[in-house]
Amino acid sequence: MTALDHLAIAPIVTPVIAAPLALLAMRRRRWAGVAISLAGCAAMLIAALALFAVAQDEMIRAYPIGGWPAPFGIVLVLDRLAAGMLVLAAILASAVMGHAIVTGADRRGWHFHPLFHFQMLGLNGAFLTGDLFNLFVFFEVLLIASYGLMLHGQGALRMKAGVAYVVVNIVGSAIFLVALGLLYALTGTLNMADLARRVAALGGEDQALIRVAGLLLLTVFALKAAVVPLHLWLPRTYAATMPVVAALFAIMTKVGVYAMIRVVPLVFGNGAGAAAWVPAPWLLPAAILTTLAGFAGVLAARALREQAAFAIIGSTGTLLLAISCWTPATIAAGLYYLGHATLAGGALFLIADATLRRRGQYGDTIMPTPRFAGQDSAALLYLGVAIAIVGLPPLSGFVGKLMILHATADAAWQAAIWWTILGTTLIGVVGLARSGSLIFWKRADTEASAIACPARSPAEFAAPAVLLALLGGYTVAAGWATEQAQAAAAQVFAPSRYVAAVLGPEAAR
Amino acid sequence: MSLEFLIASAIGVLVAGGVYLALRARTFQVVLGLTLLSYAINLFLFASGRLIVDRPPLYAKDVADYADPLPQALVLTAIVITFGMTALTVILSLRSFLESGTDQVDGDAALDEDRIL
Repeated sequence: MTALDHLAIAPIVTPVIAAPLALLAMRRRRWAGVAISLAGCAAMLIAALALFAVAQDEMIRAYPIGGWPAPFGIVLVLDRLAAGMLVLAAILASAVMGHAIVTGADRRGWHFHPLFHFQMLGLNGAFLTGDLFNLFVFFEVLLIASYGLMLHGQGALRMKAGVAYVVVNIVGSAIFLVALGLLYALTGTLNMADLARRVAALGGEDQALIRVAGLLLLTVFALKAAVVPLHLWLPRTYAATMPVVAALFAIMTKVGVYAMIRVVPLVFGNGAGAAAWVPAPWLLPAAILTTLAGFAGVLAARALREQAAFAIIGSTGTLLLAISCWTPATIAAGLYYLGHATLAGGALFLIADATLRRRGQYGDTIMPTPRFAGQDSAALLYLGVAIAIVGLPPLSGFVGKLMILHATADAAWQAAIWWTILGTTLIGVVGLARSGSLIFWKRADTEASAIACPARSPAEFAAPAVLLALLGGYTVAAGWATEQAQAAAAQVFAPSRYVAAVLGPEAAR
Repeated sequence: MSLEFLIASAIGVLVAGGVYLALRARTFQVVLGLTLLSYAINLFLFASGRLIVDRPPLYAKDVADYADPLPQALVLTAIVITFGMTALTVILSLRSFLESGTDQVDGDAALDEDRIL
């Protein structure tokens, strides 16, 4: 194996090294810990970009850990989809890390930096792994780190929301294990490529059980993606945690969606007999409800963070509307929208953070206040991010929604999908315009108490501005990004190439 | 009674108890429920390699009949993770109780008064 082959494990190894080093350095010299953490983020971004470049040659690469051949050992699989997700996670993580350091959010507790890198370890591992049990383990890693991050800074409200978040996810993990047990009992393997082969060859008496296993697996992914009716944990958690942590969590719902895109066409695709596309009839109605619930929440929210949390639910729902049609064109449109929704969701939380830090006792409640310092910059950034997340021209949300509308034009549920997307966009515009004008435009009555808040640095606007600029670039480069998304979707819909890459060419037949 | 029936009914009883307790309103009961649930899941994972009595979990040339070792490894991983998670939930529930003064899962002390401990 050459050094280039070993690069595939770099996104997993980098945080593993950065997290304990930052933990050790933090005790003696804070700046050294922060520097290690920043270097870890930079290395992760470089590794992700390098892997993205490597994946451009259409080849799917399998990396057997420890040299154990699949399906006996654990493999990492690098294809266009995984590489794209790695880049997305690394970009969001770098922006969030920068914002956390600038605002001093990382100083509110001891272990922000190590937990942050363990979170990235779980995310990157989940994107790369080619083994279902390993996916479970990486899910646990990212969840355990997220429990720590979510409680970072503490406080009674955060503790209460934390208990619910942890309990919900433990139940989710239990269901995941049941699904894995069923799949193993039926097929004798948990390697995804091997599963694809064996599910296709399964006898008639096992078809009912394999459908149950598929639906259980999808339930777990839907819980992670916060699909209605499994979304109730999200607004409470994201609104109670620190906004900068919630900004990183913007990619957590996308991990659930990624897992669906990875597993369903591969294992429950066209070749799977009676279990083919078993989640499809459930996912689309759920996606419609998710979009409606999310944007209804945007309209009804009483605080900026709550609104951002519902915006994330709504955008995940919109994304699933495209994904749940399960055609290469809709998945490609969905993948473009996925990149947009992640960055826009993160930016919305970051600008909410910058705003609430300037409003003193008013926090992020949606109500008029006396004028606060930096109001103009905050208002402009909020306007830009709101345009992006709701999908108005000229930013990438508009392009993404247009592509989803175009790709679903001949779907069976076309009318429902179009009405949902167009209707929720209108609701979202009204909701975000209401909160924007109440916070940034309307002046409070003269008897309202003055804002008591220390002076904040304008550098706090840097991270949301960078994310907004990236969204602008994503819009300009939409042609290139679409080609990337289409190529990734084409790979997803050629499971035999994935099987051949992992198990060797003769296994794919 | 066959071994299969025994294991299956044990899993069923554990899941039923676990789900009932996990849906209760107090953190202690929820933690107990999650623990029962995880016992059931571990048994289930263990049984996914088929129930084979008195055979070595190894493959060797002179062993004709062997128990599947992989579920045992999976169960070990699941046990370790569950153990850590249970410890975390206990600590979290304690902290939540100390900070908000109630052990209700949704942290609402008003529901607390007319209940017997």
